[in-house]
Amino acid sequence: MATSLSRRDRLGTIGARSGFLRNNYKLIPGLYCVGSPGSESPVFVTANYKLSFDALRQELSGIEAWILVVDTRGINIWCAAGKGTFSTAEVAYQVKNAQLDKIVTHREVILPQLGAVGVAALDLKKSCGFRGIFGPVLARDIPKFLQNGKIADEAMRTVTFRLSERAVLVPVEICLLWKPLLIAVMTIFVLSGLGPEIYSFEDAWQRGLAAASTSVLAVIAGAIVTPLLLPWIPGRQFWLKGIQTGLIAGLVAYALFSSEVGRLAGFGLFLWAISTASYLAMNFTGSTPFTSLSGVGHEMRRGLPLQVGAAGLALLCWVAGPFF
Amino acid sequence: MKDFRYIDGAAILKLDRESCTGCGMCVTVCPHRIFALQDKKAEIRDPDGCMECGACAKNCPVQAIYVNPDDGCGCAALIIGRWLSRITGKTPTGCSC
Ligand code: SF4
Ligand code: SF4
Repeated sequence: MATSLSRRDRLGTIGARSGFLRNNYKLIPGLYCVGSPGSESPVFVTANYKLSFDALRQELSGIEAWILVVDTRGINIWCAAGKGTFSTAEVAYQVKNAQLDKIVTHREVILPQLGAVGVAALDLKKSCGFRGIFGPVLARDIPKFLQNGKIADEAMRTVTFRLSERAVLVPVEICLLWKPLLIAVMTIFVLSGLGPEIYSFEDAWQRGLAAASTSVLAVIAGAIVTPLLLPWIPGRQFWLKGIQTGLIAGLVAYALFSSEVGRLAGFGLFLWAISTASYLAMNFTGSTPFTSLSGVGHEMRRGLPLQVGAAGLALLCWVAGPFF
Repeated sequence: MKDFRYIDGAAILKLDRESCTGCGMCVTVCPHRIFALQDKKAEIRDPDGCMECGACAKNCPVQAIYVNPDDGCGCAALIIGRWLSRITGKTPTGCSC
């Protein structure tokens, strides 16, 4: 099998990441190989999620190894382990199904460390005879891991969240967003026509554009700028980080549109930008590898009422604007 | 994680040192290096750094570790879904990740 990625693979990667293809970007589970492995070669376990598989296959170039792809319904290891599809039973099933005991003489499979959320390595031996050992968090460290005699150092065992790792998540966030956002923007367009002359389609269009542009600014602030600048925005709670970037988006929106839509409606736009950016930033907690669910619940109990309140007030200002 | 700290005191992580056998699995699997072995027993070194992924509890052979059992990726949309389902009594619809 080729270990370098072709252009088509990369395109598929973009497709898989951006959400449109995410649900059907699967590989057929089973045993694959890189190079020409023999009965002594190591066996790596991965998800049938194309990105995990590609990362592994690329890092293994020059190494003779087996790759056991288990069925995680095409989602990545971390999410699959959390959802229970990457489980001890599933790995054991694929080990047996591939008749691994006839292919290799050793009795050991190397699991991705993040798969530990779903696979209990010690139970694996009981259910299929193969011992599970945990490899590094990142596939990139596998060559070093093998050189070290299958020992991962602290850095290899620590999950990171670098700028590049955050950047790849941005399109995912946006793609998951576009549906609710489209509904919100359509609603705003319709509401924007309300005014002293009962309903004006010209107003709906003109004011609707201002509101839609503000929404775009808020998305940029909450779902793009906040994730990218995450460690540098003060505060630990994400909704507070989003308020800060949203504040800037809101000020820009006010400066751009308040002369056109009036001060009250302009203030509505300002509030709308802040509440939307704050919510989107808060939603990003789902994509980070360091936020605990308890912590997210904690900040949502504080952030959500304020966001809903501000959005409600924004709507009021927006609808009332033309009457003043 | 050194560069990223989340809300202190929020994560639910408990260790029963009595039953711990010192096998070291929790030390190995934790992606935030929360555990260390001390006198042949595990020890929680950095409770606030825990992201509640549950890997340690899953891999402990004697169930000496308790982590907040709510699973899921923890995005706001999922939690709202869960809160709503608690009110309406319907099963929560998952987020799409
Ligand atoms: S739940 Fe995850 S982050 Fe927390 S201590 Fe266990 S392995 Fe580490
Ligand atoms: S995995 Fe359990 S038994 Fe092993 S060291 Fe950790 S707490 Fe102790």
